[in-house]
This record gives sequence, C-alpha cells and structure tokens, in this order.
Amino acid sequence: MPKTLAEKILSEKSGGDAKAGDIVIAKVDLAFVQDTTGPLTVRTFQSSSMTELANPERTILFIDHAAPSPNSALSNDHILLRDFSRQSGCILSDAGDGVCHQIVAEAYARPSDVIVGADSHTVTAGGLGAFATGMGSSDVAVAFGLGRTWLRVPESYKIDVTGDFQKGVSAKDLILHLIGKIGADGATYKALEFHGSAIEKMSMSGRFTIANMAVEAGAKVGLFASDETTKKYLEAEGRGNDYKPLAADAGAVYEKTIIINAAGLEPTVSKPHTVDNTAPARELKGTKIQQVVIGTCTNGRLEDLAVSAGIVRGKKKASTVRLIIAPASRRVLLAAIEAGYIKEFVESGAIILPPGCGPCLGLHQGALGDGESCLSTANRNFEGRMGNPKSFIYLASPATAAASALTGEITDPREVV
Amino acid sequence: MLKGKAHKFGDGISTDHIIPGRYAHLRSNLPELARHVLEDADINFASKVKHGDFVVGGSNFGLGSSREHAPLVIKMAGVSAILAKSVARIFFRNAINLGLPVLICDTDQIKDGDELEVDLAEGTVRDKTNGTELTFGKIPGVMLKILNEGGLIPYIQKHGDFKL
Repeated sequence: MPKTLAEKILSEKSGGDAKAGDIVIAKVDLAFVQDTTGPLTVRTFQSSSMTELANPERTILFIDHAAPSPNSALSNDHILLRDFSRQSGCILSDAGDGVCHQIVAEAYARPSDVIVGADSHTVTAGGLGAFATGMGSSDVAVAFGLGRTWLRVPESYKIDVTGDFQKGVSAKDLILHLIGKIGADGATYKALEFHGSAIEKMSMSGRFTIANMAVEAGAKVGLFASDETTKKYLEAEGRGNDYKPLAADAGAVYEKTIIINAAGLEPTVSKPHTVDNTAPARELKGTKIQQVVIGTCTNGRLEDLAVSAGIVRGKKKASTVRLIIAPASRRVLLAAIEAGYIKEFVESGAIILPPGCGPCLGLHQGALGDGESCLSTANRNFEGRMGNPKSFIYLASPATAAASALTGEITDPREVV
Repeated sequence: MLKGKAHKFGDGISTDHIIPGRYAHLRSNLPELARHVLEDADINFASKVKHGDFVVGGSNFGLGSSREHAPLVIKMAGVSAILAKSVARIFFRNAINLGLPVLICDTDQIKDGDELEVDLAEGTVRDKTNGTELTFGKIPGVMLKILNEGGLIPYIQKHGDFKL
C-alpha cells in the first residue's frame, strides 16, 4: 500500500507495515533533553530500574535555554547535566554551542531517523525528513534506557504549496498563515507533510522554520521529503554520508489536503496571545513595539540573519526599540561574523546575545516589562511567555522584525526591501 | 470513584499558564515550583485547590511546551483528574505518564465550584450541582495500560519493556 512520509519512516523503524492509526514500537535514533527538561529526565532515569543508556553516542544533553546561567539554581541544574554526561558517556552540548534544535539539524539528524526530544520544538528536524517529535521527561528517560518508544502512527495532512513567494515574504509567513487558517489545534495528533513546487525550491533554512512550528498547530511532526536540497545541506555540514532519499509514495492516503499559493501570501504576524491569531503586517501598521528579537530555533539561522542584516544595513534602529539578535548556534554566529552581518547589526544599535534560546521563554536576556510589546521571530506568543503576563508578544519573519526595528512599530517589510 | 470540586478554566490553557518559563529556576525544587501552579490563569488556584479536586478546561488544554512539570505540578496540587473538551498531544502523554487521568468530555455545562463524581471504570462524570451526567471518551488502550500501572516509570519497572 502506498505510504505517507510518516508511515514510511515508522514502518522502517518498527520493522512492520505501519499504517495511520497503528500503535508501533519504534527504534529511537536520537534522544535528547535541554537544561529545563533535562534535570527531571536525569532524575527520572536514575530513579528507574534502567541503569545504562541504550546509545550514549546518540544521546545528547543540551545547555541552551539558560545559557549562560542567570542564577545559581539553574547553574546547579547545569552541573547535574554535566555530571550525568560524564557518568553515562552521553554527549554534552554546553552553554554557547547553541539551541538544541539547530545543533541537531547541523550535526545529528538524518533523513528517516526517529528522534525524540524533551522539547516541543524537536519537530524542527522534520525539515530533514526525520520523524522528530517532542515528549516529556518520562518518555525521553525511557528512550534513553531502552532505545525505543511507542508511537501512534499519525494520519497526515498534505500541505501542497505552489507558486513563488513575493519579495519580503518567506517560509515564516507561510507557516504563520497556515496556523492562522487551521488553528492552534488544527492538526492535533496529525503529521503535517509539506509538498509542492514552492517546497521543492525552498532552502533547508526555510524548511526548518516551517517544521519547527508544526507543533503550534498541534501536530506531532512536520515532515519534508529528503531531496537534492537535503543532500547539499548535509554535504555542506560535512555529513554527506548521512544523506538518503525519502519521498512519499504516489497514491499515499492523506486525511486532508490544503493547497496554498505562495504568491498570494503576505508578511504575516501572530498577535497576542495565540499563534493562530494572525493578521497581515500591513493591518498592524502603527502598533508600537519596545523590543525586537531576531533569533531562536525558528529563525536564528544564517539565512535569517542575512535577510535582517540586509534591512538594517547602514541604518539605525528606532531609539524606542531594543533590537536583540540571538544566533541559533556557534556555527551560525561564526558565519554571521565572517559575512559581516554582526558588525552591521551592532552598528545599527543591536544587542548581540550568545548562541542559545535567548529571551524566547522568559528566563533571561530580555524579559519584558509591564505593558511592553515585543515583535519576535520565535514560535510562541502565549501570555507570560517572555517573563511577564502583563506583556504582549507578536510573532513574525526576520524581514518583518528588522523592518519594524527601524520604525519602532510593526512594519510590512515590503515597504523597505 | 473520584470526588471533588471543579476548578473551571477556559479554552487554550497553555503550559505557560500552568507553569511559566520564568520559574524554570524552581524546577529542581518541586514543592516551591508547585506553589505557582496555574498562576497565570488563576492567581488563587494554588491556595483554594483541595485534594481530589478536578481541573476542568475547554479546548486544547495544555498546548505548548513538553515540560512534564506542567502535569506534575497539577498532580502535586492534589488534583485527581483533568477534564477537557480536547487536550494537546504532549501534555496528554505526559499526564498519563505521571498517572494523572485526562478525560475528554463536553465540559461546557460544568461551572466553577460544581461538585463532581468521576467513575473511571464506567466512563462517567456526574455533576452533582447541576444534576447532569456526562460520558468521557475512552483513554486509548496503550495509555490505559500505562495509567493503570500508575505511570510510565512504574510500568517499565514492572514489565521491563513496552508490552503493548
């Protein structure tokens, strides 16, 4: 029977013929945690009957959410993770290396892998054709010990994207548009599978942005085929051998097909306090913001910094705005330095943060004050997300964020590009 | 039979409402963390919830983060079950993994403060305050097996592996 991407991967990893709705036990190719979910995972693992990691060389502890640590309690959590890494032989990615999802994409995820991470944005690796999904500490602790997990094979929605993006419109606008259309629970338990000519032409950076936000529609995974673009990306990361092709079968059964014409998309913004509360950026003209964040696992890659540096180049940010740049990884930061983007950001008045999650989840490095509004390239704008339930978060693309940093209010980037 | 009061919340209660990231420094100090349970949705929840009570949500309860601390602090508050019209995927799995039942039913008629009786075996919710009875959707078989062992870790301790 013809298979979706989800069915294909889970058939291979469960050694059976997986169909939507089946419960399978799948081999886990990579399991990871980060510093806000890792300590509970480690303690859960240590309190269980499991004693050794199934695959220490494919088990990673990331220190990225509070990196470097803002207080002693979190520093102690970091010590716990470093100690466990030494004792168990697993990999440690320490403060300054970058956001877990970016490093997984750069260095670990392979097409057709099953990846579980104790972070909801684990779905990012779906951009490489990996069945990557977020789970809690108990599930990941068990995956650490057994090297397997149970999964319900999801039904798939086919998202068929044709046409060419307008200038100033990007993958972020596409995924915000889609979530606005289907709702924050529009794909709960489903696989979103992205197809069509616009997806075939899309860079890996754009694919990661879209896969990253699949969970914001409730989806279990956001999947892309593994193609020539995937191959070139892996080769550029020095991992050409990790490439393998992956495509859905013709005739695969989708629960729903949603057709989107990329040419009809506009710069899109999610308004407070839900990701599906979307509007065209032009309709929000005049909305004052006090902070702009460009970075995170959603949009902290080199391509994102290139677009936003291009917009602020030779200009000054508005005096009423704090412009915060958080590259997603050390590799991204180094490349951005070499390309001159970091100099351009600093000259425009930006604050450069170390690679990591930055202010996205309200822990440090840019918490909002009462009544303040932030325009961020991150993936969540829930009430209280950025450290203060009395603040307001808007989500948008790097182009919209950079254009808005110049004016101090939400600005359609087509006015400046 | 579970008995307790309903604490009613609206649609889209996120894991940031339940336990926001700004308290991440308390995640290795669970009793202290639990004092902030659902604070951003109802500042008084932690002080008024009693052992055995129910958290009653609307649609898409628990959306957002994979933090298992979210169902954990609800469980630590003494809540015996969560009732909601629908639940986000990761939160659902996390709650069951901790032995905390999540029951899917039409919660529209349940009001804050209603006295509820939940029969897990029968699949019913009796609202003693308004006199109505609701049925909740079956918990999927694999999750029921985990729930019946008290959660994922007790399940693995007992069976040594997934025996689904």
